[in-house]
Amino acid sequence: MINRVISFFCSLRLTVALLSLALLLVFIGTLAQVKLGLYTAQSEYFRSLFIFWQPKGASWKIPVFPGGWLLGGLLLINLIAAHAKRFQLTKKKAGIFLIHGGLILLLLGQFLTELFQVESNIRFAEGETRNYSEDSRHNELAVIDVSSPDHDEVVSIPETLLAKGGEIHHPKLPFAIRVKNFFQNSEPAGPMIFAANNIKATEGIGKRLQFSPAPLVATMDDENKPTALLEIVSDKRPIGDWTVSLWLTKFPWNFSLGRKMGTLLGSALTEPQSFEFNGHTYQIALRPIRYYKPYQVTLLEFRHDLYAGTLTPKNFSSKIHLSDRAHGEERDVLIKMNDPLRYAGETFFQAGFDKFNDKITVLQVVKNPAAITPYLACTLVGAGLLTQFLMHLVSFGKKQKSKVSPAAKRSSPGKKIPVAAVAHERRSL
Amino acid sequence: MKKWLPGILAAIFLAWILSAVRAPKSKDTFDRAEFGRLPVLLGGRIQPFDSVARNALLSMSGKSIVRVKEPQKLSGAKGVFASLTGIYDKAPDDKWWVTTNKLSPTEWLLEAMTRPDDADTRKIFRAQHPDLENLLGAEKGKLEYYSFNDLTNHLEEVEQQARRLAESEKGREDGAKTRTPFQKDLMHLYDSMILYHRIKNSLEPEGSPDFARELGVFQERIAPGLVALQASEAGEKFDETDLQMMASFFKRYQKLASYAYPLAVPPLSGERRDGWKNIGTVLMESMRANEIHPALKSLARVATAYAKNDAAEFNRGVAEYRGWLQSNTLSRELKKARQEFFFNQIEPFYKAMVIYVAALLLGCLYWINLNEWIRRSAFALILVAFSIHTIGLVFRMYLEGRPPVTNLYSSAIFIGWGAVILGMILERIFKGGIGLVAAAFIGFVTQIIAHHLSLSGDTMEMLQAVLDTNIWLATHVVVITTGYASMFIAGLLAIIYILRGFLTRTLSPETAKALTRMVYGIICFATLFSFVGTILGGIWADQSWGRFWGWDPKENGALLIVIWCAITLHARWGGLVKERGLMAMAVVGNVITSFSWFGVNMLGIGLHSYGFMDKAFPWLMAFIASQLILILLAITPARFWASFKNERVSSPLSKTKPLEAGV
Repeated sequence: MINRVISFFCSLRLTVALLSLALLLVFIGTLAQVKLGLYTAQSEYFRSLFIFWQPKGASWKIPVFPGGWLLGGLLLINLIAAHAKRFQLTKKKAGIFLIHGGLILLLLGQFLTELFQVESNIRFAEGETRNYSEDSRHNELAVIDVSSPDHDEVVSIPETLLAKGGEIHHPKLPFAIRVKNFFQNSEPAGPMIFAANNIKATEGIGKRLQFSPAPLVATMDDENKPTALLEIVSDKRPIGDWTVSLWLTKFPWNFSLGRKMGTLLGSALTEPQSFEFNGHTYQIALRPIRYYKPYQVTLLEFRHDLYAGTLTPKNFSSKIHLSDRAHGEERDVLIKMNDPLRYAGETFFQAGFDKFNDKITVLQVVKNPAAITPYLACTLVGAGLLTQFLMHLVSFGKKQKSKVSPAAKRSSPGKKIPVAAVAHERRSL
Repeated sequence: MKKWLPGILAAIFLAWILSAVRAPKSKDTFDRAEFGRLPVLLGGRIQPFDSVARNALLSMSGKSIVRVKEPQKLSGAKGVFASLTGIYDKAPDDKWWVTTNKLSPTEWLLEAMTRPDDADTRKIFRAQHPDLENLLGAEKGKLEYYSFNDLTNHLEEVEQQARRLAESEKGREDGAKTRTPFQKDLMHLYDSMILYHRIKNSLEPEGSPDFARELGVFQERIAPGLVALQASEAGEKFDETDLQMMASFFKRYQKLASYAYPLAVPPLSGERRDGWKNIGTVLMESMRANEIHPALKSLARVATAYAKNDAAEFNRGVAEYRGWLQSNTLSRELKKARQEFFFNQIEPFYKAMVIYVAALLLGCLYWINLNEWIRRSAFALILVAFSIHTIGLVFRMYLEGRPPVTNLYSSAIFIGWGAVILGMILERIFKGGIGLVAAAFIGFVTQIIAHHLSLSGDTMEMLQAVLDTNIWLATHVVVITTGYASMFIAGLLAIIYILRGFLTRTLSPETAKALTRMVYGIICFATLFSFVGTILGGIWADQSWGRFWGWDPKENGALLIVIWCAITLHARWGGLVKERGLMAMAVVGNVITSFSWFGVNMLGIGLHSYGFMDKAFPWLMAFIASQLILILLAITPARFWASFKNERVSSPLSKTKPLEAGV
């Protein structure tokens, strides 16, 4: 029985079957991106054990196809098992082993990357300083106690909890937060537009600015901008309703409401919303999750040039000042497209500029402990493929020479093709 | 005689290529070529007027020359020939024949810029959708070209429709992608008309009777106009006429500044090197500076001379302008434009295409009569075509200062180039004409594809900032396209195997064996290149935005090819497929590669969705359908194959290794 299991996992047929399934998965996963968007399609098809089918409105779902994790894992087992069983260190097999060793490394590396890579970004305008980067996908509700003069106390609640609704309690907060309404994507509605399901608060900016729900977006360069209506409750006594929205924190400059509205709201848009409770001052905001760093960066100059007479971008670059007191680093760095800054285990890339405000640079910050694996893997596989290819070429050339006599070259072609043996021998793997 | 056949054929085509090296003789004394070589800045790059003309014509009408039907008196032999053959229509007065003349791109451009009345009669606009033809009052189903005059009655209608469409798409990023075929055609016509209008206002305000004189008057009026303006602003007494003159010039040139198409006026010394401007902007600036740009004067002289049909003056004007450019340290731009003009003139890819077709015909002929000299002739022609193909490729790289592949257009050129090399190598090794036919066929088809891709605009466009790294363009892109090329060669060889084996009796066991080896070898080669290319793409992504793999559609497309190669090779090694199975798999490779090359771009998502080409979609579908049929043929049992029916009795090989084994 065990032997049968082992030989199943070592078999070439399994390899072919798994690869075929992988081919289908990549294909349907790519097509699915059109509808679901890059991010959702990735998590449903590639970063999953199974792809599920769920009828509209049903609460159950059934797995219909293996997902990326499962296929990748099985391929990895298959690869390792086959090689463990048949490992022979011969010159002939060297290329094959290099190739598959590299593939194992590549798969493992991607596995580690999926687990440990953190992607975030910094968006700031010239003159601004940041000591944190922001998650590009995930948001949090931050409740900040700013009463103490020397430090702020931050309680952060993930967006997913808001989406669930209900009441949120936290040991560090003397009050509860009741989610009265939550839109996963929203847009500002303006004061003159009335709709029954708009979010309108009794306190803060939400009194003057309403938000209406918007359809979920799926494109790569767009994102959902959630808005929630929160009621702060203490001992069953409501304190007030506040609107929190990503519009107010990540995109405060993007109001297509016209100039009048802009002047009307003015700085109220960007000011933190706060309230007093038990002698403490609290601020609340729905914002991207922050990753704080022990150093800070200041944007000195952001340039983006166009080709003369066109709208095609020619280059982007951000000149920043890096300041790390603990390590005594004080220097200016120029980050350009295809020319990132690597610092303290993170890499800062010039990603572009904010699409609503071209004065705001967007730096992508990536932390990936497994970043080196593809390079090693690529070298191994490349070397292996080359070895194999050259070996074939040499043996083919030899055979060709011995088979084709000068006389055969001149004879009529219908019969003249040299009957050479098939250039490859059947391999066990 | 036979011995000389390859040499003679090659010489004929070489002579044809060389005939284009000299600039075509002008039919009159205008030195239009010299004008066509003058540099302008458009799309962020220096290019000759000739390229402006070609790209505009290609995008409007799909052709780079303009055909003009003109009544002409045909005398002598030509007249006899015409009356005997009846190839020309009779003109209404029965004495003349209606012949077709060709306008070169530059000739058309000059006409459009300076003789709008003539240009308005040229049939350069296209309407393909029957409903649009209907809207324009043409007969249904008749592919028609329209002149601007034909369309004048419908200008408002077209504009209104286009506006309405644009209005409905406002705020929707994907608006342009959801257009119906009718809307696409309508917008194309509308855009063409706007482009035409802009071109007409590029060298002088449309219909200016004497632009050189107009400039003279303008220059005289600037100073008094400025005085009057200042006085009026200060509330003092001023000359009403002076101010009014100034105001009307202002209005006229302001319009020009927003319309004039290429940036035709070079920067003065001391200005930024890319600070070219269009004539309208320069005129507006002259008003402030109280001085007219010297280059503009020369250009006006040229324009006026052409408008007035004064060849001597035109040639002098062009020479004067060249001299001015030279003495103002713009000789680099002059040289660049000259070189590109030369490149346009020799049309290397068009010539390569024609010669590939000739080679393909010879290759097929060889399969029929198996005459070795035919095969050698075909090979010689492919060598000639390949040489001009290579010259074109390298010339383009030199003009752009870039690796060979920078956009979809150049990928087609390069895939063809790589495939031809592979085909020639195969032919050298295996003879039999198979590599030859494959090389000629892919060479030809990729040039056709490239031609159609060139219709969407300038093929040497500037690169987006994110792509602007020669090192990755030179490695990742070149390697991955080489992978595409080899996949297509493998697929084509498989098609040859299937068609010859299924339909004819010509697929001998030896040929079958040889083809199998070729396909297998090429797939190994493709695996190497696709894999390395894909990984290099990952490394580029990692270097540029910190993500080795992002499941971007184009990345996935490349991955599909790699996985498919791996499946094919493992299936072969495991004995899961034999000859015909391998062939079927190679044809599937065609489908996957075409999806990866074109299909993912049509999804319109991701980083690589440059050049969304919905026009190619039906073609891609047709291609895939044809491949599916071939796959079905490939897996039909061997007893239905014309070549294999009597296999067992006739071939000694089959005794040891039956060919009809599992798929």
